[in-house]
Amino acid sequence: MNPVNYLYLAALLFTVGAAGVLIRRNAIVLFMCIELMLNACNLAFVTFSRMHGNLDGQVIAFFTMVVAAAEVVIGLAIIVTIFRSRHSASVDDSGLLKL
Amino acid sequence: MENLIGLLVLAPLLGAAVLLCGGRRLDRAGHWVGTLLAAVSFVIGVVLFAYLLGRSGDDRELGVTVFSWVPVGGFRADVGFQLDQLSMTFVLLITGVGSLIHLYSVGYMAHDERRRRFFGYLNLFLAAMLLLVLADNYLLLYVGWEGVGLASFLLIGFWQHKPSAATAAKKAFLVNRVGDMGLSIAIMLMFTTFGTFAFGPVLGGADGAGEGRLTAIGLMLLLAACGKSAQVPLQSWLGDAMEGPTPVSALIHAATMVTAGVYLIVRSGAIFEGAPDAQTAVVTVGAVTLLFGAIVGCAKDDIKKALAGSTMSQIGYMILAAGLGPVGYVFAIMHLVTHGFFKAGLFLGAGSVMHAMDDEVDMRHYGGLRTYMPITFVTFGLGYLAIIGFPGLSGFFSKDKIIEAAFAKGGTEGWILGGAALLGAAITAYYMTRVMLMTFFGEKRWQPAPSPAEPGAEPAAAHGAGELPHPHEAPRTMTVPMIVLAVGSVFAGGLFTVNNAFVKWLEPVTGHEEGHSPVSALTVTAATMAVLVVGVALAWAQYGRRPVPVTAPRGSLLTRAARRDLLQDDFNHVVLVRGGEHLTRSLVYVDHTVVDGVVNGTAASVGGLSGRMRKLQNGYARSYAVSMFGGAAVLIAATLLMRAV
Repeated sequence: MNPVNYLYLAALLFTVGAAGVLIRRNAIVLFMCIELMLNACNLAFVTFSRMHGNLDGQVIAFFTMVVAAAEVVIGLAIIVTIFRSRHSASVDDSGLLKL
Repeated sequence: MENLIGLLVLAPLLGAAVLLCGGRRLDRAGHWVGTLLAAVSFVIGVVLFAYLLGRSGDDRELGVTVFSWVPVGGFRADVGFQLDQLSMTFVLLITGVGSLIHLYSVGYMAHDERRRRFFGYLNLFLAAMLLLVLADNYLLLYVGWEGVGLASFLLIGFWQHKPSAATAAKKAFLVNRVGDMGLSIAIMLMFTTFGTFAFGPVLGGADGAGEGRLTAIGLMLLLAACGKSAQVPLQSWLGDAMEGPTPVSALIHAATMVTAGVYLIVRSGAIFEGAPDAQTAVVTVGAVTLLFGAIVGCAKDDIKKALAGSTMSQIGYMILAAGLGPVGYVFAIMHLVTHGFFKAGLFLGAGSVMHAMDDEVDMRHYGGLRTYMPITFVTFGLGYLAIIGFPGLSGFFSKDKIIEAAFAKGGTEGWILGGAALLGAAITAYYMTRVMLMTFFGEKRWQPAPSPAEPGAEPAAAHGAGELPHPHEAPRTMTVPMIVLAVGSVFAGGLFTVNNAFVKWLEPVTGHEEGHSPVSALTVTAATMAVLVVGVALAWAQYGRRPVPVTAPRGSLLTRAARRDLLQDDFNHVVLVRGGEHLTRSLVYVDHTVVDGVVNGTAASVGGLSGRMRKLQNGYARSYAVSMFGGAAVLIAATLLMRAV
């Protein structure tokens, strides 16, 4: 199968994720969209690794996963805290730091 | 011997420091400390004078460099003293007359609670003036020059509780600043021209500098002299300076301050000789001032202001002589010394009269005082005869020589200057006779002392308000200086002229040429005598034969103008004050519209821009995400575009 097709899929997934980030308000959904974008990138990296015949892309994909995992832990903790104190998961409601 | 020169300045300076920093502990003895240190300075002066006399004429210059003041690269200014015949003459006059005035002040200021401070200022005045005449370079001279200005400010405004005295002090200081500006510019010009300030190289190298440069320096020096010596157009401060205590007036007019301008011009003779235009300016200023001061002196009813007009006029004579070049230098200084004697004597006499008349200054309220104050009358009378140039007295010798030298200028100029000097002599005889007659002769026109409740009135000195004054002779400390000065006014001129002593004494420093007058010396003397008689006779006809009205008559247009100092203050007010106000107002307008406009405009545009940029920070995470994505898109597009190109 032509590896370029994987790239198309990665681009599609990334676009879906980006559109989600821009459109949705719910912090959990936003988070899932970000994960989607990260994984789209991972797919692209792995594909490139395959196309170039070396392991660099695979390694970077692992790094991305680790970072994403860490991010999820902290991010979800923040979201849960905000939800507990403000009873809302909408990102538009949390504007306290704005002047 | 050289080290003594520094002590000359140091003694009164020490006195000033001790008296001004010593505090109330010195209140009881302070006046004697001040007098003693002035006298010490005089004694040192006499010792040095004797030492100089012991040397030959060309070898009478002592110099000493005390320390290097500002050594910076090629710029070098030292504190150094130079004592030659010219400075020596001034030193003796300053310390001699100064000491006598100190002694007089002991009696005059006896009831003033700030007497210690007064003597501190007097000592400071002497020290500054001595520094001025002893400096061996123009920069140090400038220090003394400013010191004199400061001391005069402090002393004229000594009775600072009187608003008029405070104003007069400020006026004197401000007008002097104008002159000081001239001196500082002259010194800067000297430095750029000669690369130094020292008298030797500057005056010795004056021949080598261009005439244009010398004229510029000369005119600036003249401006400086006009300020300090109260010459037209900077003379307006002198009359108001009479607000100070009378000994201060005597000191300013006789020994210190106003003589500084004459010293400066005579000392800088080499510069003026290379710049005929500047010399013409000097003689013009001198001739105009000698008439100006004399006319003002005729109209004043305030005894001190009449004498102040007279000083202005006499200094005019000196400046005129100094502007004539080597023909006149010696006589300028000679008149300065004789004038120092008789003017100090006249002022001290006036102070004694005021003392006796409860600080009354209006001569129309005097009259018939000769029997009440015989010593004052005789000393004042001798000073009077000296100043009008009565044959045989001091003023006769010095003034006559100046008139002769003015005629010797030659051509139309000589006739104009000589004529002005002669006319001045006539007016001098007139106004001095007027002062004499109004004060000591005629019937008593005494007025009761003003009531203290009256606003602005001085509290009556010895007794209550509403009583007539009881004139009495002054205490010994006041009469002794007057007697000494009277003796000086009588004999100094003759002593100087015997054997041409004064000319020979000063000649090595200033140079001297005999003038070739188109009219013979005898004719000049005869003419001077004639105008003197006319002046005295006119005054007698007006003030001696007829009773003097107690309130001043309206007078002619000229009289009224002269009472107002020939409209000098009005001129200054209209041209300088109003002009200055308009200038500042327009500058304020420009500042408000243009300068502030630029500043405020910048601030407003920055403020508006940031207000608009602030809207970007709206607090919505998604809008930040849009800008992030947008930015990334732009970056990628740019990268691709660069690739394609």
